[in-house]
Amino acid sequence: MPAEAAQPKIDVLGQFRLSPVLGSVNFTQANALMIVGALLVLALLYYGMKPRAVVPGRLQAAAELCYKFVYDMCVDQIGEEGRRFFPFVFTLFFFVLMGNLLGLLPYSFTYTSHIAVTVGLAIMVIIIVTIVAFVENGWHFVTEYFFPKGAPLVLAPLIVPIEVISYLSRVVSLSVRLFANMVAGHAMFEVAGAFTIMLAGFGVIGIIAAVIGPLAVNVVLYAFELLVACLQAYVFAILTCIYLHDAVHLH
Amino acid sequence: MSEERGTSFHERLRAARDKRGLDAKPQPSGAELGGIGGTALGIGLRVGMELVSAMVVAVVIGWALDKLFHTTPILMAVFVLLGGAAGVLNVYRAFAPPRR
Repeated sequence: MPAEAAQPKIDVLGQFRLSPVLGSVNFTQANALMIVGALLVLALLYYGMKPRAVVPGRLQAAAELCYKFVYDMCVDQIGEEGRRFFPFVFTLFFFVLMGNLLGLLPYSFTYTSHIAVTVGLAIMVIIIVTIVAFVENGWHFVTEYFFPKGAPLVLAPLIVPIEVISYLSRVVSLSVRLFANMVAGHAMFEVAGAFTIMLAGFGVIGIIAAVIGPLAVNVVLYAFELLVACLQAYVFAILTCIYLHDAVHLH
Repeated sequence: MSEERGTSFHERLRAARDKRGLDAKPQPSGAELGGIGGTALGIGLRVGMELVSAMVVAVVIGWALDKLFHTTPILMAVFVLLGGAAGVLNVYRAFAPPRR
């Protein structure tokens, strides 16, 4: 028995496996955490803003800070028109942020570490940006965005495909950035965590080595992952804002 | 009198906030539009991401068009070149000095 247990495998990707909760095949822990995240944000806003105090308490200050942060991001990046897109950017930012942060809890699951989720979000962003561009500028958007003014018409067969590819590549870069950051962080957790357990199997010296080695690394990693979780949500939201700015102002 | 006291309070408040670095945050976010990732590693990863994502999209489009028109290698080869160009365009867009 110890001989078998002495060969623990580092199952790096096992943590990203979906498993059904509540008995339904189509309802996995990712879906459950999405709902939990959404409810947490709603609860923060509802209970935070319930007192409506002029001098906010801690919870109200947190709720106001969240609101103001995304609001300023919209207005700074898109301009005054950006206020219309505030609900969209707010929802997107907190959905991603909750996914990243809830995933850092032990026994939890990071739904933003699934490429299906991030690609879905990115495709939604691009479709909405395209719709906004059409509503704002009509067919002008197509001619001006994909073929800059003043360029010789002979170059159109070269410029238009390049611009279209550049436009569509936003889906890939937006989704892969978030997905890769989350997967890489949690894979590193798993590796350092497994090393801790393996080293601890070597008696007292092993435990000491495990504490000053992988365990310390994991603590540092955790702080780093907190930063990455917030930063990636911020990057996702701000890139959405930049794309919306492009759609409204055509560059 | 009260007006004067008010301004002095605001001045003192601003001085205190400046000292603690509380007001410095909004400036960098508005100043550089595309400048996400201040560190060299962040910039490098961003450049790589932009180049690769454009190439991925171009290869997928080329492959799909080839399948559609039964011209198997040609369009994909063309779109690989276009994808490289689009990647460079992406990098330029991300790091070009803001035009305003």
